[in-house]
Amino acid sequence: MKKISTGNKAVAEAVKQVKPAVVAAYPITPQTEIVEQIAEFVSTGELKSRYIPVESEHSAMAACIGASITGVRTFTATSSHGLLYMHEMTNWAAGARLPVVMANVNRSIGPGWNIWAEHTDAMQERDTGWLQVYVSTVQEAYDTTLMAFRIAEHSDVLLPVMVNLDGFSLSHIMQPLDTVETGDFIPPIYLPHAIDPKNPAGYGGLTGPDQHFKFRWDIERSMRDSVKVIEATENDFAQRFGRKYGFTEDYLCEDADVVIVSMGTLGKEAEVAIDMLRKEGVKAGSMRLRWLRPFPKLNLKGKDVVVIDRDYSFGCGGILATSIRAQQKTDVYSVIAGLGGQEVTYEDIANFIRTRRIGEEFWFGVNDHV
Amino acid sequence: MTMYEIRIHSRGGQGGVTAARLLALSAIHDGKYATACPFYGAERRGAPIVSFVRIDDTPIKIYSQIKKPDMVIVLDASVMDVIDVVQGLKIGGKVLVNSTHKIEFMGFSSSHVDLTGIALRENLVVAGSPILNTPVLGALAKMGIISVDSAKKSIREMFSDERNVKAAEAAYTEMIA
Repeated sequence: MKKISTGNKAVAEAVKQVKPAVVAAYPITPQTEIVEQIAEFVSTGELKSRYIPVESEHSAMAACIGASITGVRTFTATSSHGLLYMHEMTNWAAGARLPVVMANVNRSIGPGWNIWAEHTDAMQERDTGWLQVYVSTVQEAYDTTLMAFRIAEHSDVLLPVMVNLDGFSLSHIMQPLDTVETGDFIPPIYLPHAIDPKNPAGYGGLTGPDQHFKFRWDIERSMRDSVKVIEATENDFAQRFGRKYGFTEDYLCEDADVVIVSMGTLGKEAEVAIDMLRKEGVKAGSMRLRWLRPFPKLNLKGKDVVVIDRDYSFGCGGILATSIRAQQKTDVYSVIAGLGGQEVTYEDIANFIRTRRIGEEFWFGVNDHV
Repeated sequence: MTMYEIRIHSRGGQGGVTAARLLALSAIHDGKYATACPFYGAERRGAPIVSFVRIDDTPIKIYSQIKKPDMVIVLDASVMDVIDVVQGLKIGGKVLVNSTHKIEFMGFSSSHVDLTGIALRENLVVAGSPILNTPVLGALAKMGIISVDSAKKSIREMFSDERNVKAAEAAYTEMIA
């Protein structure tokens, strides 16, 4: 059925279909609509979940961890400062190998107080052991949320997954949404190391210097194994429901002399910029990075690379640009744009490509050479 | 068709965002692609706000704000005292104003319909405010932006009260396109 939905409600709709046993959440702009909608589904009986309205995001993640360790499916959603407040517990969820799924609505970090889109919030979680995926449409938010549960709970992964969507520009936009009958796409959850609350037991949590690194390596091993699980899940999704995604969404990259790499809604808007440039005879392409963790092997050989970072690591650089430089062993034109919801149009993106200076960094709206 | 871009001016609490949603949904029912988005600032009830609708035959990839709309809808004529509602409007673009009388805009084609009067007559009043977002769909159908069937279908999907459909029909009849 043809529907219209916001990004937030599309996530909630997917969660309703996946039926987590426990949802623990705390509201925060611009994510609130997700947990409000789930709370409504629970109150009307459309979703039979235990909804725990906690007093903080730290507790939201702790409640998900407590529930998940008993072997049940869990979900939460947050944004910005909420995500940062969870930070200790996000590390715990990954370290304890719990397949919690979380939607994070990307929003800048204060001060100054700002509620609009930026990726620095999720980027600050990139070393925690969570898989991270960034989406660009309402449909993709729904589809990816469904897939996130299957990927997280796969026996070769058993790591938490964070689905990221841009605050307001995607969380609040209304676009067409085609919902699916999931059938057996998402198998029942099985956690091999689940504890049984009916048989209480004490576990020693101390892991000595001769053991700890093995657990760390095990996270990395699963992170590497998750690549084929993601591929298999996305392929099966495409076969069943007809929509194919991938680690990156490549638009006219094959014959391109210059490729612009970005994430989220800017990556979609970039395709319009590419259409403009192609009409001018510029052989440009767009690569929208979907999966940040595991970080995919990008095919950018022999091309000029322009990277848009909607994030920044002070004293170092755009986080995506830094990762791509390291992986490709070549320099890029690093554009810092869209911080705190800064308006970036397809015409601006076309200008980034036209006036690129490989090896330099450009802060959109601050420097003056565009 | 090339992309058709619409900007809706209203005041917080008047249903401008819902009007955008209903308009986009109607266009989707017409077999087109559409997106609707409010501009989120520090708005509050009564403050002038804008929301945007894009309609096209192909999927819409643009997320940035509409700067050169093809059409402007003014749900509350009083915002014209503080805002230049035709700013950026394409030459020859359309303006639809909720008003009892015609308001001219140099260089643009102007239409009007008394949405407030229709809402009051149909007793469509919530918390003391007349509902404008369902009748406006009737006017937009008359202007050929969406079909009448899709307008009614969209209203019925979102509201169970048939007075909303009656108000849209009244706007369709009363508006002089």
